[in-house]
Amino acid sequence: MLKTFKTGGVHPPENKLSAGKFIEVLPLPASVFIPVSQHIGAPSIPVVKRGDVVKTGQMIAKSGGFVSANIHSSVSGKVKKIDSQIDASGYMKQGIFIDVEGDEWLDEIDQSEELMKEFDLNGEEIIKKIQDAGIVGLGGATFPTHVKLIPPKGMKADILIINGVECEPYLTSDHQLMMEKVEEILVGTRLLMKALQVERAVIGIENNKPDAIRLFTEKAKEYGHIDVTALKVKYPQGGEKQLIRAVTGREVPSGGLPVAVGAVVSNVGTSFAVYEAIQKNKPLVERIVTITGKEVAKPSNFRVRIGTPISMLVEAAGGLPENTGKIICGGPMMGKAVTSLEVPVTKGTSGVLLLKKQESKRKNAIACIRCSRCVSVCPMGLEPYLLMTLSEKQIFDQAEGNRIMDCIECGSCSFTCPSDRPLLDYIRLGKGKVGQIIRTRKK
Amino acid sequence: MSITIVYTIVTLSAIGTSAAVILYFVAQKFKVYEDPRIDQVEEILPAANCGGCGYAGCRAFAEACVNATSLDDLNCPVGGNETMSKVAEILGLEAVKKDAKVAYIRCNGTCDQRPKTNTFDGVGNCAVAALVYGGESDCQWGCLGYGDCFDVCDFDAIELRADLGVPKVIDDKCVACGACVDACPRDLIELRKRFPKDRKVVVACRNQDKGGVARKACSVACIGCGKCEKECKFDAITIENNLAFIDSDKCKLCRKCVSVCPTHSIIEENFPPRKVKVEIEECSTAK
Repeated sequence: MLKTFKTGGVHPPENKLSAGKFIEVLPLPASVFIPVSQHIGAPSIPVVKRGDVVKTGQMIAKSGGFVSANIHSSVSGKVKKIDSQIDASGYMKQGIFIDVEGDEWLDEIDQSEELMKEFDLNGEEIIKKIQDAGIVGLGGATFPTHVKLIPPKGMKADILIINGVECEPYLTSDHQLMMEKVEEILVGTRLLMKALQVERAVIGIENNKPDAIRLFTEKAKEYGHIDVTALKVKYPQGGEKQLIRAVTGREVPSGGLPVAVGAVVSNVGTSFAVYEAIQKNKPLVERIVTITGKEVAKPSNFRVRIGTPISMLVEAAGGLPENTGKIICGGPMMGKAVTSLEVPVTKGTSGVLLLKKQESKRKNAIACIRCSRCVSVCPMGLEPYLLMTLSEKQIFDQAEGNRIMDCIECGSCSFTCPSDRPLLDYIRLGKGKVGQIIRTRKK
Repeated sequence: MSITIVYTIVTLSAIGTSAAVILYFVAQKFKVYEDPRIDQVEEILPAANCGGCGYAGCRAFAEACVNATSLDDLNCPVGGNETMSKVAEILGLEAVKKDAKVAYIRCNGTCDQRPKTNTFDGVGNCAVAALVYGGESDCQWGCLGYGDCFDVCDFDAIELRADLGVPKVIDDKCVACGACVDACPRDLIELRKRFPKDRKVVVACRNQDKGGVARKACSVACIGCGKCEKECKFDAITIENNLAFIDSDKCKLCRKCVSVCPTHSIIEENFPPRKVKVEIEECSTAK
């Protein structure tokens, strides 16, 4: 019997069109736009100015607080301007424009592909290096990794869970990375274990990736204390709380941090970035991005420099199909539709999905038929139909009482609703308002 | 048969009388004193229960008035000075004359002026759309057009026209309760001084982007050029963040700024038609 989380979950069609496509390196763009806010927390503060010449890997914005991350130039060239442009959030965001000239890396960065297993740093040094390299959670939530590794006082992690679930349909970037960089991910996991001072790590992989499970089970033996767990396919298993429940059986309390039950979750992409940052001195300047869609000529996985416009990705995959209805940054369940192809790839962009017109059209909502499907699929055990009504009628005190803040915005309720009601849209609205109310109350 | 009826009547009357006696004493014992003036004040108030005064309803406002020592901070925007002076009369306090207000909508990006660059097929609700992105045009500051203001207005003072795409305030119905101000996620609606005959001169734009970016997104965007600021003789106009702002307390409705604005983002409403001059005529046809 395979493990999985207990409450709710849905099974959207997988559509992993780009599975098994080797990671290709996307050519350098002519210019990049690197937003200063690519992570959860305070925006970074630019440390370069117009006209400065930067090298690849050079820090161009320093973190704006503890919960924030450094940002490094992903290309070499000249800073054109610091201005705002539209990004995946749908709003104009401040960022740094760099005109690309050649590809000159900082000297201390080791660009070789050679595997380096040994390290002699202690936990604090590892965390320091991770912080300097600007590493954030690469699964999509982009929470700064160094913050996760320093648990609040009085709490101690005893298990590290590496997230190789990739439960979003269409996306294959993590899967392909796991297939190609298995040793590096395992070394990265060892480094994270040392930083956290935990004795045990588990890599959770859904069993629709049997090749990755086999490969990791075999290789993990050499490293010790790292187990591989095959998980039953179910969305949203990649959610932090769901993964902890699936792997360890522990339940994160409402409003609590995962470390409250002794678990820290990190993505395989993050593990790889940690390996590169520590063993190769390479900050987070590129990531793996899936470009996919049913009409796309060449669905593939690319290694992309941060700040590259997604138009380049679309081009590399064979151009924009004629009947594209929506362009989505991220997966189909949690991704965001963008309004421009100039939107840059950021640290949190795991994929770009081009949906056909027929697929992207939202149906008209009709009345709720009280079937309670949304309740049975909610992975957090909430009552989405109720939260939607409360948000719509602006009854925020009751919404808070019904734990609206626990919603992880996975979209299972909207996906399953037979009346096509916009459940998540309203819940997100209510969540924002309730969050504001809670913050004002604390002040 | 008839005796049963008599018994019933006697028993029920006895129960009724004793209950009445008990209730009389209970009512005496638990009597709550309420200032009779609260009822009097509530009588005068417009009974709209709109919340424009900042209280939960007219009753709550009446209580607040009776308990207050001065009426300086209390104002019923619906009833205006007339109502407040009557309230002051009952309470024996001094009513402060306050300027009547009216809602101004600071976006004129109608469908012709602001081309659509994408379509939104989510929930028809401004607040939801604002969470997702900047809107169907390239302007991230302007009206989203789903009518949250229209939905909250209890006085039918907001008109939504499909051909315009932005709401319009019907001035004589607007009571300045402020419900639309709170509802607009873009902060486009503002309460300002109501001039005689509901005349308005307003910078109908909130776009704080640089001139070029703003103009590209919308042909009637304020580009922050500063012409109006120079033209204004009363120092009523200031430019901040590439955006002009008219201080309605200083504005004398001379409309010089309307004439000089190169993008026609300053608009005049409810004025009689201007005397025909050649250049201005061109201007109005362009509009």
